[in-house]
Amino acid sequence: MKAVVLAAAAFAALLVAVMLDLPAAAVDLPAAVAANLSHSGVAHPVTAVLLNFRGYDTLLEIGVLLLALLVVLAVSPHAEEPAGAARVSVEPVLQAIARIAVPLMLLAAVYLLWAGAHRPGGAFQAGAVLAAAAVLLHLAGLLPGWHAPKLLLRAGLAGGFLVFLAAAAALLARGALLAYPPAAAGALILVIESALTVSLGLTLAGLFLFLSRDEA
Amino acid sequence: MNTGLAFDLLLAAALLWSAWRALATPDIFRAVILFIVFGLLMTLAWARLDAPDIALAEAAIGAGLTGALLLDAIGVLRGRRQEKP
Repeated sequence: MKAVVLAAAAFAALLVAVMLDLPAAAVDLPAAVAANLSHSGVAHPVTAVLLNFRGYDTLLEIGVLLLALLVVLAVSPHAEEPAGAARVSVEPVLQAIARIAVPLMLLAAVYLLWAGAHRPGGAFQAGAVLAAAAVLLHLAGLLPGWHAPKLLLRAGLAGGFLVFLAAAAALLARGALLAYPPAAAGALILVIESALTVSLGLTLAGLFLFLSRDEA
Repeated sequence: MNTGLAFDLLLAAALLWSAWRALATPDIFRAVILFIVFGLLMTLAWARLDAPDIALAEAAIGAGLTGALLLDAIGVLRGRRQEKP
């Protein structure tokens, strides 16, 4: 135990030393982002980087999340029982709170999505709030766990990735991957982010709801 | 300025303490709660570092969803233990 603590402390000290020793970045990225912000279609630098300048990374991230959910689906024994009724032992107070909170959470998710264009927010945060709403509903016994996904759910899960991919493919003719035309960039980003929000919410909620066995 | 520094130091100490307690505590339920506390403190740290985007993601995914998943896992583990003693 003592040896582990000592080793961890030494490793932490080494990491701090390396961090302090790092040379300054050769490229001034914040200045580059600020210089090109007006062509990106959004006014918030983080969203501009995520969805425009480095949209490629975000596209692959969504793919990774979708893959993670596919693995969950592959290992969860979803065929053993039909989707039963919600849990029997539910707390009425929790249910009442969930009924009040979930509409507000939906509103917050849409706000975060819309706010992403000009202030902190965006598809990831909005999707996480959507997923949290679904998990809350499930814990309150108002939403049964998911078993085999039907066509509509599958479309929702894959939709964000497909819309993103379709936008990337359609823009490929312009020479570079995900190089939006500046005039249409804002609208394109909004469409992609909306699809991403739904898909991310469903995916993150699916990580929880597909694994849930409705055990009281 | 001084209050900010004191707050940052307190925050850093609380982060280290909650991280250590989450790893060292023998009670698994307490460990998960400490992990959620760590996530919320981390949210504060990101906010203090002027990174509200990461703070939002940390609060929603790191503290919220991961915490719920871990709590659910504890429930499943306990149910299984009671089934097969």
